[in-house]
Amino acid sequence: MKDAMNTARAVPAAVNWNRLQDDKDLEIWNRLTANFWLPEKVPLSNDIQSWSQLTEAEQKLTIRVFTGLTLLDTIQNTVGAPALMPDALTPHEEAVLSNISFMEAVHARSYSSVFSTLCQTSEVDEAFRWSSENEQLQAKSRLILDEYDSTGHPLKKKIASVFLESFLFYSGFYLPMHWSSRARLTNTADLIRLIIRDEAIHGYYIGYKFQRGLEKLTESERAELKDFAFSLLFDLYEIEGKYTETLYDPVGLTEDVKTFLHYNANKALQNLGYEALFPAEACKVSPAILAALSPNSDENHDFFSGSGSSYVIGKAVATEDEDWDF
Amino acid sequence: MAQLVFFSSRSGNTANFVSRLGVDALRIPISPDEPMPAPDQPYVLITPTFADGEGRGAVPRQVIRFLNDPGRRALIRGVISAGNRNFGKFFAASGDVIARKCGVPLLCRFELAGTDHDIARIRDGLHRFWRETCLTTA
Repeated sequence: MKDAMNTARAVPAAVNWNRLQDDKDLEIWNRLTANFWLPEKVPLSNDIQSWSQLTEAEQKLTIRVFTGLTLLDTIQNTVGAPALMPDALTPHEEAVLSNISFMEAVHARSYSSVFSTLCQTSEVDEAFRWSSENEQLQAKSRLILDEYDSTGHPLKKKIASVFLESFLFYSGFYLPMHWSSRARLTNTADLIRLIIRDEAIHGYYIGYKFQRGLEKLTESERAELKDFAFSLLFDLYEIEGKYTETLYDPVGLTEDVKTFLHYNANKALQNLGYEALFPAEACKVSPAILAALSPNSDENHDFFSGSGSSYVIGKAVATEDEDWDF
Repeated sequence: MAQLVFFSSRSGNTANFVSRLGVDALRIPISPDEPMPAPDQPYVLITPTFADGEGRGAVPRQVIRFLNDPGRRALIRGVISAGNRNFGKFFAASGDVIARKCGVPLLCRFELAGTDHDIARIRDGLHRFWRETCLTTA
């Protein structure tokens, strides 16, 4: 007979970081905490002049894109990362997820810092209204939330979470990278790059835990989850395609954004340990966008892609770890 | 002939890349308690990148331990690094650090476990590189 006492939650074991079941937990904890940041660190007000040089339509697009990103961060902060906690394989994983959850709140909060620095309140209010009514934004949120709330296989939550972290953000991230490649809103782009960096670790870590979970399953369970993952990605991609057209058709950027979506969809699948879906020809992201993503790391010192006779032996990187003996 | 030496963390991205490359390779163990491989001929090193936001910690500790040995270090001829463009200017930065430390070329970089296109261009690049390296150092 069950009574109230029997359904009370068990007292958790106190988390002991000196006894690890999985070294990855500490590695990711250290990386995430070392990378901690707040939007106040970025001098957004230096973009005021640049903002005033955008057309009214470009400003409206930018605000809408940022409210869309805010919604995804909000979902990941309040629902996504917490929904993964009950399935954690180790107590340290739960602690990492709480960091991920909080950083998503920081991301969501930073878009409001951009707004309060650059925009009129009425424009921002209009964009938040737009985000609550936009069909595609609501549809993709619905698909992800349904997996977070599902009582189905717990690994499906991780699949949905990796797609949010490593795929759904990119129709939005494209725009500040595009502006940055044109020397516009460069401080805002610096802030977005901090978010992009965090999301990469989140997608990598959740994907890693997904693959650890997969190892314990039978062949047929694994096959079922893989089918589910590709099918969810197809559904999300269809929505993203329409979302991209609605936003970017008026500025003529739709095809360029879609290429960026293909490239990131393949990376999301890699985080889950799966092969690419989109062929290489569909993933040729424009060099300007790649350079905006990873400035100063272009290919000119790459022996294989150069003539083979001129290459630089490593650019200066500020990394003098004490472990080196030479 | 020459060989490959690689490190891959438990995520297995680099190991996945190396197995698709289809070339024999020595693996640097994840655990510091396991013995290091002992290459007996010139090799190219393939490693992931673990840099934080300031570029610190880019080279995995086990790779540093492997290279700290002068005998093993003497045989390195080039480095290929993996990473993620999301890390901005520190994308695949472990390759830059090793190239500078060891005085060898950074041959190329790829993201995560590499695309099929990366596999093809790196297989091809390694063939060319070994041919040229053999001609100049034989």
